[in-house]
Amino acid sequence: MTSITPAQAELVPPAEVEDVELYDPKSWVTKYVFSQDAKVIAIQYSFTAIGVGLVALVLSSLMRLQLGFPDFFTIIDPEDYYQFITMHGMIMVIYLLTALFLGGFGNYLIPLMVGARDMVFPYVNMLSYWIYLLAVLVLLASWFVPGGPTGAGWTLYPPQAILAGTPGAEGGIVMMLVSLALFIIGFTMGGLNYVTTVLQARTRGMTLMRMPLTVWGIFTATVLALLAFPALFVGAVMMTLDSLLGTSFFMPSIVEFGEQLEYGGGSPILFQHLFWFFGHPEVYIVALPAFGIVSDLISVHARRHIFGYRMMVWAIVGIGALSFVVWAHHMYVSGMNPWFGFFFATTTLIIAVPTALKVYNWTLTLWKGNIRLTVPMLFALAFIVTFVNGGITGLFLGNVVIDVPLSDTMFVVAHFHMVMGVAPLMVVFGGIYHWFPLITGKMFNVTLGKIHFWITFLGAYMIFLPLHYLGFLGVPRRYFEMGETSFIPDSAQTLNAFVTVVTVIVGVAQLIFLYNMARSALKGKASERNPWQATTLEWQTEDFPPGHGNFGNKLPVVYRWAYAYGVPGHDADFVPQNEPPIGTPAESGGESVPGGAAQPAE
Amino acid sequence: MIVVIGLVLVTVGTVVFHFLSPWWWTEIASNWGFIDTVIQITFVVTGIVFVAVLLFTAYCVHRYRYRKDRRSEYKPEDPKLEWWLTGLTSVGVVIMLAPGLIAWNDFVTVPEDAAVFEVVGQQWNWKFRFPGKDGVLGTSDARNINDDNPFGLNVDDPNGQDDILVDDSELHLPIGQPVQALLRSIDVLHDFYVPQFRAKMDMVPGMITYFWLTPIRTGTFDILCFELCGIGHHEMRGTVVVEAPEDFEAWLGEQTTFAQSMARAGNGADGVLSLVSRAASAETTATQ
Repeated sequence: MTSITPAQAELVPPAEVEDVELYDPKSWVTKYVFSQDAKVIAIQYSFTAIGVGLVALVLSSLMRLQLGFPDFFTIIDPEDYYQFITMHGMIMVIYLLTALFLGGFGNYLIPLMVGARDMVFPYVNMLSYWIYLLAVLVLLASWFVPGGPTGAGWTLYPPQAILAGTPGAEGGIVMMLVSLALFIIGFTMGGLNYVTTVLQARTRGMTLMRMPLTVWGIFTATVLALLAFPALFVGAVMMTLDSLLGTSFFMPSIVEFGEQLEYGGGSPILFQHLFWFFGHPEVYIVALPAFGIVSDLISVHARRHIFGYRMMVWAIVGIGALSFVVWAHHMYVSGMNPWFGFFFATTTLIIAVPTALKVYNWTLTLWKGNIRLTVPMLFALAFIVTFVNGGITGLFLGNVVIDVPLSDTMFVVAHFHMVMGVAPLMVVFGGIYHWFPLITGKMFNVTLGKIHFWITFLGAYMIFLPLHYLGFLGVPRRYFEMGETSFIPDSAQTLNAFVTVVTVIVGVAQLIFLYNMARSALKGKASERNPWQATTLEWQTEDFPPGHGNFGNKLPVVYRWAYAYGVPGHDADFVPQNEPPIGTPAESGGESVPGGAAQPAE
Repeated sequence: MIVVIGLVLVTVGTVVFHFLSPWWWTEIASNWGFIDTVIQITFVVTGIVFVAVLLFTAYCVHRYRYRKDRRSEYKPEDPKLEWWLTGLTSVGVVIMLAPGLIAWNDFVTVPEDAAVFEVVGQQWNWKFRFPGKDGVLGTSDARNINDDNPFGLNVDDPNGQDDILVDDSELHLPIGQPVQALLRSIDVLHDFYVPQFRAKMDMVPGMITYFWLTPIRTGTFDILCFELCGIGHHEMRGTVVVEAPEDFEAWLGEQTTFAQSMARAGNGADGVLSLVSRAASAETTATQ
């Protein structure tokens, strides 16, 4: 065990890294459209993800209008409503958050942060984006097939997903399954890139334990995704066969509306196991990049090293590993053998320990820091609030017996929106504001950024906090309308109307964000080279914003961890990772290391 | 300063909302009060963490606000503190998990004296079945289902002949009697839930699932489907009437047995006639 003291940290390990062979684009099309530059691919991923995310945002407003004012918006019928919730859920989880964190942030930041010129397989990386785009187009095209998109809920549970009582059983469900399969193929191409780049293309001195937590988070999430998505892929293929060829992987003997169907012998629960074996790690595929990015936002803007870096790394890896043994906590009342409950409740609550430690370490990073309340920092603080709130309600649902009354109520809706919707989106916004100057070379409008922050944070919190309490009451999720009941007071409808109004306000407020980004990118004032005074490599490039090949002629050499803020003995309050130690001549990549410095820092 | 106030307001506001919220669980009508207790324990433990973490965050933002002349402290790790926090968190987890698992053990252990009844779900209504005098439900199979035999019972199974069929969305249960609900679906997933009972389980075609409870309060409660089952999901309702055992027996006596319903169906020349005859028999029952 080595401690990370400045003296020991400023050594360069002898590992040599071969320079990546770059593809040099020769035309406008190969530079900006069929680009093999990870930075361009990142922008393509981000625009597509945010674009399709806006569709999901509109869908959420539409479904809230139905819930808030069921008698007023008669244009929305049950079929529409179930299609809205399904498409909203799937888009947000897969096509927005997964694609944005891994394809967007991952592509942009991994090579820059580890000191690589690009991803190691640029051509495959390019294909990854285009297949992702195809997946999005297939998904959106399901609005134009007979019967429209599937309304089976984002969990797509058979048998109902492929039977006539559910909207989209004619064609929408197959479009959805094909789109998911395409997404997984595209993601795998990108994912193998991210993992290999992190493992093989780090620059000299960039040991694993010197990597910024952003890279750790995205790296671990990618490993999870590569292991988890195949389960969904298999499930999607099998359900497609059930739907089109009449196989019965998930279909037992069924009598639908008085008619005996041909199916027989399959198991609906099998699909649920496959789905959640993917679906639970998926939560962490979204959460771990958010954990990583927010760690860096907090550290940079609090001008303090992340507290307990090694604990943070092991927590990310530990959470990632544990995330594969908790999936059936989504299935406590699915009808699986109830004795599983003991095991899965225990593993689920154990995962709370490393997760809580991460929260403590974020707050302890603020402690004795020198906190700049920049826009990214505000979003990071909002992440802490919403993540703690959403995390603790997970302790309710994970504790199997509490899940019995609360499963499939609005409590669940509130929980997962808070913890894997709002909290990661706070990080997405924080991250975009943070790296906006790097990507565009311009500074965004801070006032607009703050207005956007307050409306989004407080609004989102006001939307989802009260919904938990409707769940206690027993209000179910996925109900087109509540109708008459003996146990739900009228005040619940008032609350629903309130939540709907706030939802629309928060939704519209995102225009402020889009305007700010567009206007600042085009006409904003030029940013300084390293406006946040960050230590990590992406801010230390020769060109600003970084050009093709990222680092000019020579790759940077890394001398220390990513969190050298407030280091005693330095004049500046931060020391970039590639700044040579005082009294040592600058080295460049590819040269041998002076004898005295050739000890590993780890 | 505004950020500090914002953080404190969100924290305090959440706690105040928790205590003042008019939306809270419906009064319990089953033996599962211990679940509510476990929820309360979880609220206390997590509430303390929530308030402590957020107020500490607000304090840090206030106390360590950026000043040009300040440097942050450089102390990358504090293993002692980290182990303390790990230990305390683990204790908190045990405090929540232990009573939860004890309650779960009760939930999955059906008492020997529990009476059984069956719930059948289909898009989008409920049906119920009680064993007859033999106390045993006859076997069933979705393949047997037709107009005359909507429950899909095996005609040859002697245990099924005296089974009492309730082809209606109103269920009656006796107060104070532990009952095991056997859950069956003939088409897609459903979920039988009565909020006042706190207990639910999905109904899965091709298998029989279960849970048990003891009703402790008389009254009429809503049955709702709690697993998305198609466009009629939100309309799949029923009612359960918890009543004194003698009232329950009287109600049960008014229902038709499987043998009776098959005999009547046999009189009809085809499905339409049998439906008519069944409707007629329902009328005679109602007028009695």
